[in-house]
Amino acid sequence: MAASNENLKDMIGQEYKDGFVTDIESESFPPGLNEDTIRAISAKKDEPEFLLEWRLEAYRHWLTMEHPEWAFVEFPKIDFQEISYYSAPKSMADGPKSLDEVDPELISTYNKLGIPLEEQMRLAGVAVDAVFDSVSVATTFKDKLYEAGVIFCSFSEAVKEQPELIKQYLGTVVSQYDNFYAALNAAVFSDGSFVYIPKGVRCPMELSTYFRINAANTGQFERTLIIADEGSHVSYLEGCTAPMRDENQLHAAVVELVILKDAEIKYSTVQNWYPGDENGVGGIYNFVTKRAECREDNAKVSWTQVETGSAITWKYPSVVLKGDNSIGEFYSVALTNNYQQADTGTKMIHHGKNTSSTIISKGISAGHGQNTYRGLVKIGRKAEGARNYTQCDSLLMGDQCGAHTFPYIETKNPSATIEHEASTSKISEDQLFYCMQRGISAEDAVSMIVNGFCKEVFKELPMEFAVEAQALLGISLEGSVG
Amino acid sequence: MLKIEDLHVSVEGKEILRGINLEIGAGEVHAIMGPNGSGKSTLSYILAGREGYDITKGRVLFNGKDLLEMSVEERAWAGVFLAFQYPVEVPGVSNIYFLKAALNGIRKYEGLSELDAMDFIATVKGKMKELDMDEKFLYRAVNEGFSGGEKKRNEILQMSVLEPSLCVLDETDSGLDIDALQIVAEGVNRLRDPKRSFVLITHYQRLLDYIKPDFVHVLAHGKVVKSGGPELALELEEQGYAWVDEKKAS
Ligand SMILES: Nc1ncnc2c1ncn2[C@@H]1O[C@H](COP(=O)(O)OP(=O)(O)O)[C@@H](O)[C@H]1O
Ligand SMILES: [Mg+2]
Repeated sequence: MAASNENLKDMIGQEYKDGFVTDIESESFPPGLNEDTIRAISAKKDEPEFLLEWRLEAYRHWLTMEHPEWAFVEFPKIDFQEISYYSAPKSMADGPKSLDEVDPELISTYNKLGIPLEEQMRLAGVAVDAVFDSVSVATTFKDKLYEAGVIFCSFSEAVKEQPELIKQYLGTVVSQYDNFYAALNAAVFSDGSFVYIPKGVRCPMELSTYFRINAANTGQFERTLIIADEGSHVSYLEGCTAPMRDENQLHAAVVELVILKDAEIKYSTVQNWYPGDENGVGGIYNFVTKRAECREDNAKVSWTQVETGSAITWKYPSVVLKGDNSIGEFYSVALTNNYQQADTGTKMIHHGKNTSSTIISKGISAGHGQNTYRGLVKIGRKAEGARNYTQCDSLLMGDQCGAHTFPYIETKNPSATIEHEASTSKISEDQLFYCMQRGISAEDAVSMIVNGFCKEVFKELPMEFAVEAQALLGISLEGSVG
Repeated sequence: MLKIEDLHVSVEGKEILRGINLEIGAGEVHAIMGPNGSGKSTLSYILAGREGYDITKGRVLFNGKDLLEMSVEERAWAGVFLAFQYPVEVPGVSNIYFLKAALNGIRKYEGLSELDAMDFIATVKGKMKELDMDEKFLYRAVNEGFSGGEKKRNEILQMSVLEPSLCVLDETDSGLDIDALQIVAEGVNRLRDPKRSFVLITHYQRLLDYIKPDFVHVLAHGKVVKSGGPELALELEEQGYAWVDEKKAS
């Protein structure tokens, strides 16, 4: 039955459905990176001086940095001079417009992706910021949210409309020198989303950003900043897709979350960048820095991610638990099929007293996929009574793929409680035969088993996203039986 | 119902079944006994369609159709059920979901619509009660962390929900205490029907005290060395398998 096991890789994942290219006239910078590129991006956005300075500092620092080599991924050296750092549809030249002025070609692109931008068509309760290459093309329900005091807009708009908030919070969680790709992002980021939830407000709808890479030879460098003020609550979703191309494309984003006293952010990602073809040709390099800071007491954040796309994924959504009793959670499903590589995990940094963190990581490897969990749990000297629970499971399909686990624990406070569980399993011939003998097809059996494996993560996703995530994995939803 | 003709099966060049002939009519219960390693489980796997065996000779007809040509699922849909000697754990998949997927697979094959969820649960709960199984097993992962006896009971539960026409039970009695054995046997007896046939693979006469077979066959070294009525099982119990082993030479 060796043959059938090899075919397991075909049962997981699906053909890439979002690989089309939108035919639209774009304005792109020629490839290349120097201070003038950064000045040009800043000028395009009509940015205040402080931001340009901030970018340039990041760039100058970046020039002194070495490309990181520690991740368990392999790819040829990236030539940063061959990338174009800015590309935007010409129709967007005058900045973001009202919804009914947006180029119909763009509207139809998002419709095709299942993200209708017309407000009346949206499923109730989800506001969308649509980022296309280097710019935000539309943000829905802005006005309705504004009534509730919630600011939800593109990053560029926030720079113009909310310069004080930007000044106060930008780079305070991920500094512009943080790491190689974060510094690059700080230098050249072109857009992204901005959210501010004021004191005591429970955001009346789910917020989401949908990232689309369309232009060839460009990198996408977006930046998201979310601030949850005292006692507020928001659930934020993020999705991403790109056309099928033979060249690799770089996506290097930074996400900063600031959570103040008694506030909560729930951040969910369904990452479906083009993964490359079955021979490992093409696909997105997804090198992302995501970090949340529970800055004050009783703050809570949870990262939930379903990573099915990208040729290479490299991200560690992390939490700095500063406030006492603050809580950080990380729930992750990462699938690597064909020649995909993922090195992903989290960092939970405990500083406050009685802080607690939970890490649930599920890695699925199929084909020649390589899947690495890398996690750090760090308990500071003052973190009395800190607790962490880590569970890290790997599922292997076939025998050409790999799963690797690198858990790091550093603790400076003896009162900490740290639990770690790990498992590696395979879908066995016995399981398949057993299911099939009961009249369940091999395909359904695999989907059932994978779904069961991911259950603890899926239940953290908002309903619509859970359905999408399961569809992406090519697995069926365990019914509402009972 | 089932007709096995001169069945020869090898694994990796080693012949395990060496010319099996067996005919099982509708409504009949056949016990197959024999020492360890005689090929009983292999025979059950061949009927269910497990891969990895070379069928070098012979054929198997199921209701007149060539069983060996059918895929594993097709056999299941057509009514072949194997209660495994070692039921397999399926982590993360709840028993109720598994049962529902299995039953709907069969119903789809029969051109029936999916069963209403509420009716389905009620039916399953009823059958669990008969098997003295706690309802909590519905929501536990299939066989995961079940005791040996619980796994065997779960096999019988699946069998009574799926209502197959040919039930092959591979050592369902082993590992059961006497109370559990009785419950399982009653479960099987409830399913006895003029249209349903049973193949009971067992090591011991004990099971046959509770489920009365119509025929008993002794399998040794890949052959049926003796067939008879229920009294043959008693004879075996008294004399042991050494008695059939002596016939090895013949
Ligand atoms: N997959 C296999 N590979 C090699 N030998 C096997 C395999 N399956 C069964 N056998 C051998 O075939 C013989 C019969 O096994 P089995 O059918 O399990 O017997 P029983 O169920 O009567 O105890 C044994 O000698 C066993 O070792
Ligand atoms: Mg056996």
